[in-house]
Amino acid sequence: MNLPVKPNETNAVAHNLYSDAYDWTNQCVKCGYCLPACPTYESMGVESASPRGRINLVKMAAEGKIDFQKDLAEPIDLCLGCRACETACPVGVPYGHILEAAKEAIENSPSANQKNKMNKIKKLALVHLFPYPKRMNRIGSAVQFYQKTGLSKIIRSSNVLQKVSPALAHLEQALPAIESSSKRIRTGTIMPAKGETKLKVAFFAGCIMDSMMSRINRLTIELLTIVGCEVILPENQNCCGALHSHQGEIKQAKALAKRNIQAFMQSDAEIIVNNAGGCGASLLEYGHLLADDHEWAGAARAFSEKSKDISQILHQLGPLPFTEEWQGIVSYQDSCHLRNVQKVQKEPRLLLQSIPGVSYVEMEGFDRCCASGGIYNLIHFNESMKILDEKMKNLKDTKATAVVTVNPGCQMQMSIGIQREGAANQIKSMHLVEILAKACGLD
Amino acid sequence: MEKEALDDLSQVIPSDRMYLDLAERYCYSYDASFGEYLPEIVIQPKNAEEISEVVKLANTHKIPVYPRGSGTSLSGGPLPVKGGMVLDMTLLRDKLIIDRENMLAIVSPGVITANIHKKAEDAGLFYPPDPSSSNVATIGGNLLENSSGPKGLKYGTTKEYVIGLEVVTPTGEIIRTGGKTVKNVTGYDLTRLIVGSEGTLGIVTEAIIRLIPKPQSKHTFVAHFNHLIDSGHAITSILSSGILPSAMELMDNACIRAVESYRPSGLPLQAEAILIIEIDGHPLAIEEEINKCADICRAEGASYVKIAETEEERQTIWSARKSVSPAITQMGPTKISEDATVPRSQIPAMMERLNQIREKYGLNLVVFGHAGDGNLHPNIITDKRNITEMKKVELAVSEIFEAAIELGGTLSGEHGIGTLKSPYMEMELGITGVNMMKKIKEAWDPNNIMNPGKIFPDKGQTRVVLVT
Ligand SMILES: Cc1cc2nc3c(=O)[nH]c(=O)nc-3n(C[C@H](O)[C@H](O)[C@H](O)COP(=O)(O)OP(=O)(O)OC[C@H]3O[C@@H](n4cnc5c(N)ncnc54)[C@H](O)[C@@H]3O)c2cc1C
Ligand code: SF4
Ligand code: SF4
Repeated sequence: MNLPVKPNETNAVAHNLYSDAYDWTNQCVKCGYCLPACPTYESMGVESASPRGRINLVKMAAEGKIDFQKDLAEPIDLCLGCRACETACPVGVPYGHILEAAKEAIENSPSANQKNKMNKIKKLALVHLFPYPKRMNRIGSAVQFYQKTGLSKIIRSSNVLQKVSPALAHLEQALPAIESSSKRIRTGTIMPAKGETKLKVAFFAGCIMDSMMSRINRLTIELLTIVGCEVILPENQNCCGALHSHQGEIKQAKALAKRNIQAFMQSDAEIIVNNAGGCGASLLEYGHLLADDHEWAGAARAFSEKSKDISQILHQLGPLPFTEEWQGIVSYQDSCHLRNVQKVQKEPRLLLQSIPGVSYVEMEGFDRCCASGGIYNLIHFNESMKILDEKMKNLKDTKATAVVTVNPGCQMQMSIGIQREGAANQIKSMHLVEILAKACGLD
Repeated sequence: MEKEALDDLSQVIPSDRMYLDLAERYCYSYDASFGEYLPEIVIQPKNAEEISEVVKLANTHKIPVYPRGSGTSLSGGPLPVKGGMVLDMTLLRDKLIIDRENMLAIVSPGVITANIHKKAEDAGLFYPPDPSSSNVATIGGNLLENSSGPKGLKYGTTKEYVIGLEVVTPTGEIIRTGGKTVKNVTGYDLTRLIVGSEGTLGIVTEAIIRLIPKPQSKHTFVAHFNHLIDSGHAITSILSSGILPSAMELMDNACIRAVESYRPSGLPLQAEAILIIEIDGHPLAIEEEINKCADICRAEGASYVKIAETEEERQTIWSARKSVSPAITQMGPTKISEDATVPRSQIPAMMERLNQIREKYGLNLVVFGHAGDGNLHPNIITDKRNITEMKKVELAVSEIFEAAIELGGTLSGEHGIGTLKSPYMEMELGITGVNMMKKIKEAWDPNNIMNPGKIFPDKGQTRVVLVT
């Protein structure tokens, strides 16, 4: 009674996927230990939205049993890429690698031309926007102009964005107030340590962080200098490429990685610091990304080994010279890429707990993705909000007045969640650096 | 799927809980065992009434029905071997009531077992069956496979705790068996018949399970043995000394090596066996019992005995045992996990037979298990793409079962028969024994639509076939 299974795409793409990822998919013993960890399995409740299901579908596609676009694309697209499944897997199936290989194969499959509009927008941004710091900065300035002139108030009160796209409307409101570009620290600058120099670090500014959240970058650098870091901002650094590899644009991701390696390896910094969980994970995986590239593999590995999250450095060189108390309850939402890929979970918590006056309360499900997932919340708005609303219930239970994250996407997603709850007066979404800087009297 | 059948099903189940697309069907084509069978349709019912309607339609259109929990079965239980429909039961998870007064839990079948453990514990009660898949598996799946874990020795298996069921029969009626009383001798015990029936006699839509008081405390120790035979003697001596541990877990040398190379933690590479023993009960009683057990192990030749002093040390002891599964999967992509069980006095003999099988076929075979109840897990690690080796595995698996039965044991202590062990049913039960079971199946399920292809072998099938 079985329907016939037609191998639709037994072509070069299936073949590539087979050689890239088939062995990894075969490591999966289908025990299901990853199911309880997966937020999309929880919210959607079907096996194709689970890690085990997705791994099996990649395997089926590599075997030519299912079609890349018709069958594989959607389940893969609906994955947040939070990689909580990897942490839960007893066997160590490298889900992140499988996911990337699948995305690349889907991008390159012959039937890929029937793509929808969103994909075109996505591509436009990926290819023509994120890789170019200047263009990103121009957007940053445009948004600042928009916020400063009061245009934003008019647009908000008119509700026009809500009508065009609820996803965009949410995002617009979650955007942080953008600092004037005159305050931005330029690349090429070297900031001396305050007091004795304990460590020379190079700072990875990131594309979104640099353009939209330059204030957080500035505060990051100030915090680093007050704990004794000499901070170098290498010139010619650019976007980490995370969004590109997540969207299957591996070539572009590799090109960006090489430019960064070149930019950073010229400095004599001992450590490369970043302040965005997602970017940090991507930097940490340059070694893997370029493993097959003889010319670059060694340098890529060395780069990855030097890469650290801001919380690790501040914790290592701390304690911070706090000058102000923070009265209230603080809770922390793990950035998935910081927790599951970089395996950093202790340091941000310890730093928060060290702030005078803070009562730290752990939120139920802190380790679960907030469903920001790069640009997941734009592309899969409804799915993302379902997961976020669950998170907000847990956050409310903590009675926190600040929820802290170490990633711009998570921070904005938390803001969106807070707005949806109408709780903007009771609770703030902050970057770890912001709250630490405030308590150190910087601003 | 025929259009008419599909139209009828659409009257009962809304389209957003009915899946015909290839991707979703492939996602329900496997479990944690072996085969891969594509269902024609996947349905996610929400309640007993819907299931009853679906099963009636399945009878009309002669469509096989395959109930499925979390798909962690190791014997092929939920695999849709004859196509048809998979009924994913995981949406039935709304009910988890702890009735403290009557010491009961009333649960929907899709509830994850670990949630029952937690809720019961919050109320100061205890639900003992603890398969190591309990964080993932559903209570429905546990019930139908009659699952258990290390605690089986003292507390028995799932069937000891199920006292009432709501079931959709293979012809689509909704019935109740048993009830809320611990004693119940009214008529045939259908509850016990259904528990462990692997979804061949109906679909469980609600269960009443018995809870017991939570043991006050537990004590754990580990013992290393240079000779496997000594560990066997230690087990029997402890059990005949009047102490009933809550767990007695055994790992053989191959397991020890696997765990040590996966996550080095100072296990003795030269030891032929490690025993982990846990005792629970009143703090004063277990203090005395644990020392006595440790003495017995020393007297039987243990080279090293360590009683955990703190919870941390207790966790360290258990983590060795818990690493076994992940450790051995590092040795190869395909794991054939068996659960042949022998009377506990025969454990040393069974271990010897397994050794011979390993030598004879030159396979990567490791053994661990619940020694206290004779439930061993011989695991063969291989690669299913290696056809020659897989053929050897088929022969080895047959010999494992033969050995277990010759020693007075059984094909399965906890994983069920499913597709993987059905060819050996007659070996254990004899033709008449199997026929009695078949008669029950035929009477309940005249159209043979409930989970067909499981438990009973196809005609002429005498061996497991892992590769074709
Ligand atoms: C890593 C791992 C460790 C394991 N450890 C143990 C262990 O220690 N002890 C042990 O006993 N088992 C163990 N198992 C096996 C497995 O977890 C159990 O058999 C479990 O009970 C299956 O539950 P499930 O929800 O996944 O059911 P499934 O695998 O989906 O189904 C199991 C059977 O139950 C039937 N079924 C499911 N729900 C219903 C329902 N509501 N009505 C009727 N039929 C139904 C199915 O048709 C099938 O025959 C382990 C498995 C794995 C992968
Ligand atoms: S936990 Fe790992 S091995 Fe188990 S199903 Fe998930 S990915 Fe596969
Ligand atoms: S990456 Fe996150 S969303 Fe994707 S399968 Fe893994 S746990 Fe689920």
